[in-house]
Amino acid sequence: MPHPIVRTEHLTRAVDGRRIVDDISIEVEQGDVLAIVGPSGAGKSSFLRLLNRLDEPSSGTFYVDGRDYREISPRALRRRLGMVMQTAFLFPGTVAENVRFGPRQHGGTLDDEAIARLLEQVALPGFASRNVANLSGGEAQRVAFARCLANSPDVLLLDEPTSALDDAAKREIESLVREIVVARRLTCLIVTHDTAQAARIAQRVMVIENGKLSRIGSLQEVLGVERTV
Amino acid sequence: MLNGLFKTQLALGLAQAGVAALAAIAVMLLARRRHIHVERETVVALVRGLAQIMIVGSILVLMLRGPRWTSVFILAAMTVAAAATSARRAKRIPGAFRVSLYAIAAGAGTVIALMTFAGAIDTAITALVPVGSMLIANAMNTNGLALDRFRSEVYAHVGQVEAGLALGAAPEQTVAPYVQAAYQASLIPAIDNLRSLGIVWIPGLMAGMVLSGSPPLYAAVYQFVVIAMIFAASGLTCLISTTLIRERAFSPAEQLVLRPGAVTAR
Repeated sequence: MPHPIVRTEHLTRAVDGRRIVDDISIEVEQGDVLAIVGPSGAGKSSFLRLLNRLDEPSSGTFYVDGRDYREISPRALRRRLGMVMQTAFLFPGTVAENVRFGPRQHGGTLDDEAIARLLEQVALPGFASRNVANLSGGEAQRVAFARCLANSPDVLLLDEPTSALDDAAKREIESLVREIVVARRLTCLIVTHDTAQAARIAQRVMVIENGKLSRIGSLQEVLGVERTV
Repeated sequence: MLNGLFKTQLALGLAQAGVAALAAIAVMLLARRRHIHVERETVVALVRGLAQIMIVGSILVLMLRGPRWTSVFILAAMTVAAAATSARRAKRIPGAFRVSLYAIAAGAGTVIALMTFAGAIDTAITALVPVGSMLIANAMNTNGLALDRFRSEVYAHVGQVEAGLALGAAPEQTVAPYVQAAYQASLIPAIDNLRSLGIVWIPGLMAGMVLSGSPPLYAAVYQFVVIAMIFAASGLTCLISTTLIRERAFSPAEQLVLRPGAVTAR
């Protein structure tokens, strides 16, 4: 029987005695799109950061395709579970330099054609030589997606990727996520405070409150809605 | 004016120190009018500085009569004190004292040893200790500036650093631009000293050598030697400290630990 691509087991992170992620155990199958919702400060992003190992769990563990995260080097894990943050945080330089960043870290290269293909995927054709200082918020976030995809991750961890964008840019990023997930057969965990957005993107939803998992299930089971797209 | 009022050199020196301290206090009061409060820090630093230099002066009088090898112990003690001072500038940086100690000892220590071996610094305790202390003091300043700048740069770019980590980059790669900025910024005073030597300032060492009877041209060239050594010691110290500190900015699992404020749930 195949392993779930991500499985957390009593995953906990405590800071100064306070449990900001508290005993979360979930399973995510290959190809799942799981929305993580909950009030501000509930621990949604903190949970996602643990999966990218930007923070260390205090107790519990998680498995990637059946392997304990501690058996995988942090860099390899981060390439496999690629993360796109709330803000794009692009590096100074051109779009192409940003997209090449990930593969270059482990001795890989991306030729101009590969970059052009990635930029096509994120609906930024012809942007390779643009300086990132001249991009709009939505364009910068698309470059952040392309930069993450350049590492060929199996799982996309999206930390409120549209919260800093206007409505039009938000809808564009949402359709981009849906297309990429299908085209690349990716698994996706997306943090959002917007349940309507969860209904447009995800198949399943988990709710975190005070660091604890309060509910997990289908859109219908948790939010009482059907997928709207 | 003061020369006529005091008969002994020590009394004259203390009076001169009082006048200089008054100038510093006047500046502090001016700052206070603009709601910049450094009163306590200034007074403590003035009193402490005068007491320290008088104690060291008294110890030096005794030690300068001792054998040459005692220089090593004096310079080692100065290095430890310099590291402690530097580390205070770099609060919140994990292991700042150790990093400063290793960097100043290796940076200033290497230059002092090489220059003494080459004959650029005389082995007499009266030459080695004052010149060595200049190198250590400047290495301390540069180190403090480098650590402070590195911390500020990382604090201001936490997002970029974590974006790099999240893409699978090596920690040292994610902070490389900030190490470079810290290194360059910390060396600005040393470069400016070298650049403006003789034009903007005539350092005390040269003035002292001329007053004690050395030929002015030799005193001038030797002053250049000392400033160049200061540059080398500061540069090497800073290179070592920024290399050591960038490793301490991350946990063994390559997570950024040098970050502002408390961690809260997100």
